Amino acid sequence: MSTVPTQRGRARRLAVVVPLLLAVATAGCANREEPAAPAGGSTATASSQGFPVRIPTPDGNQITIERRPERIISLSASSTEALFAVGAGKQVVAVDDQSNFPAEAPKTTLSGLTPNIEAIANYGPDLVIAQHDANDLAAGMAKLDTPVLFLPAPADLKDVWAQFQVLGAATGHSDEAEKLASGSRSEIEKIVAETPRKQLSYYHELDTQLFAATSKTFIGQVYGLFGLTNIADPADTAESGGYPKLSTEHVVRSNPDLIFLADTRCCGQNAGTVAARPGWDTIKAVRTGNVVELDDDLASRWGPRIVELVRAVAAAVGKAG
Amino acid sequence: MANLTRPTRLAPVTLAVAVLVLVAVMVSATLIGAAGLGWTRVAGELIAQVTGGTSPLSAQEAAIVWQIRVPRVVLAGLVGAALAVAGSAFQGVFRNPLADPYLLGAGAGAGMAATLVVVAAPQTTGWLVDPLPLAAFAGALGGVGLTWLLGSSAGGGPAVLLLAGIAVAAFLTAVQTFAQQLNTDTIEQVYTWMLGGLSTSGWHEVLLVLPYIALSAVVLCLCARLLDVLAVGDAEAASLGVRPGRVRLVVLLAASLATAAAVAVSGLIGFVGIVVPHIMRLLAGASYRVVVPLSLVGGAAFLIAADEIARTAFAPAELPIGVITAFTGAPFFILVLRMNRRGLP
Repeated sequence: MSTVPTQRGRARRLAVVVPLLLAVATAGCANREEPAAPAGGSTATASSQGFPVRIPTPDGNQITIERRPERIISLSASSTEALFAVGAGKQVVAVDDQSNFPAEAPKTTLSGLTPNIEAIANYGPDLVIAQHDANDLAAGMAKLDTPVLFLPAPADLKDVWAQFQVLGAATGHSDEAEKLASGSRSEIEKIVAETPRKQLSYYHELDTQLFAATSKTFIGQVYGLFGLTNIADPADTAESGGYPKLSTEHVVRSNPDLIFLADTRCCGQNAGTVAARPGWDTIKAVRTGNVVELDDDLASRWGPRIVELVRAVAAAVGKAG
Repeated sequence: MANLTRPTRLAPVTLAVAVLVLVAVMVSATLIGAAGLGWTRVAGELIAQVTGGTSPLSAQEAAIVWQIRVPRVVLAGLVGAALAVAGSAFQGVFRNPLADPYLLGAGAGAGMAATLVVVAAPQTTGWLVDPLPLAAFAGALGGVGLTWLLGSSAGGGPAVLLLAGIAVAAFLTAVQTFAQQLNTDTIEQVYTWMLGGLSTSGWHEVLLVLPYIALSAVVLCLCARLLDVLAVGDAEAASLGVRPGRVRLVVLLAASLATAAAVAVSGLIGFVGIVVPHIMRLLAGASYRVVVPLSLVGGAAFLIAADEIARTAFAPAELPIGVITAFTGAPFFILVLRMNRRGLP
């Protein structure tokens, strides 16, 4: 019984306090400097067409972007590359510590892995783009009325083109995004069509502990375009989620025609270090000089440079066998 | 009373049985592996090597056996022996059944040093020596050294040393975590090393650690009698002409050297150092003259068997060996505990 009056009392006190807080908040806003308006009012009106934009989220809800965002923060290296490729680079005020491409991207110490809400809010963003909802990013930004657009790792190339279009719609660059998506798609189709079909097996190495990608992963599907056989497939289990840790014996025994290294940057691997591993000098890819040194970033992102990755694989397939 | 039925010296029969088990484990681990070469064909290769006959294996299959599988078995044996013998020594010095080789900051020191090296020099291609095992080795010894310094300055008894070890480990781990947070792009490489295990090892790693582990093993086996004397208490030990402080220093030095060598090539493998000595104690007797040498042999057999499971259970995929040591070691340990109701000393 005693809790009822207390609760009622608290409610009454809240009823007084909340409007006060709101008054303070609004008053505070009135005194703050507004972010500078974008230069060239006419382009702003032109590209503000199409807003507000509603974008469905993976959890079945949707986010609403009221007007063309001018202070975008990207916490995903893949999305950063795509933003600049669709012409939204000028609207980007900050990118995370992994976004090292293109060079003009405003790289900061912001982390997409462990996002810090305060540090992000400090840039006064009007749109935050991230790969996944770490550290309650969405809930934190919702308190600041800032929409967060999540663009998770894609399952296949179709998802990549769709992400380009979402980014285009969200930033007022739908036409450029459409052009980028269809251009990339047809370029990849052309590269694949020009590459001879060969019965080749490959091993895609993620790190020196021999974590590998199977053919059902996103990167695996890129190799699948060329009809390559993945030696990691027999090692896949439900738990490994497409990225099993292979035993050295299995890699040597499988004798792949091609080895793709996606650990050249992280772990300093190259054709020489691979050949120096015990027993690896007997592998066909090593003996025939078909150890391909990929750029880790290229091989782990799904931005516009995916075409470059496809081209690198095509060149390797053309040379091998 | 239990001690009346328990030998204080290592009976030749017991040692022979232990060595026989080790040899059996080594041979079976060599015959069976992820590549599925067929154990009879590998046996044919082994026989051909001895008799000079024709081997059923191709050159590549022979490379799998001799350059990948056998060095890994040998290294698993060395690491297991080092961790178990170090664990038994730590338990003796501290008269504490819960002591393990990482207790005095060896694990945290190695982890911190490895992290700092990865952060400072992520690209080590073309270096004369791989700095990672070197740093881990130095870090492990540095961690123990720091604990020893702090412990001695605060009084120096075993209990003080243990507490100093906990403080040093917490501090070094904090430094490691901080360095990692500032360099999130290197986290993967650091964890790769820490969970490491033996999956990419070869003869090079075997030669790297063999001298340290062999030296430590000899010293610890020679010190086993002194550990037995220490077990009765510092005052009594002193009255028997043993200087407890000096014995502790020598034993801890040797045990830390063995631990550091193991950590350098295999990362942090838990459970071996704490459980194998207890299993030996329960099976063969509490005297350190029994426990220390048997831990050496038993640790080797245990880790080779655990690594065999890691290599083959989900072949061609591989499991982290730390999972296996805990997963198989814990139930086995409980079984031995239940079989031997006399319990721990």
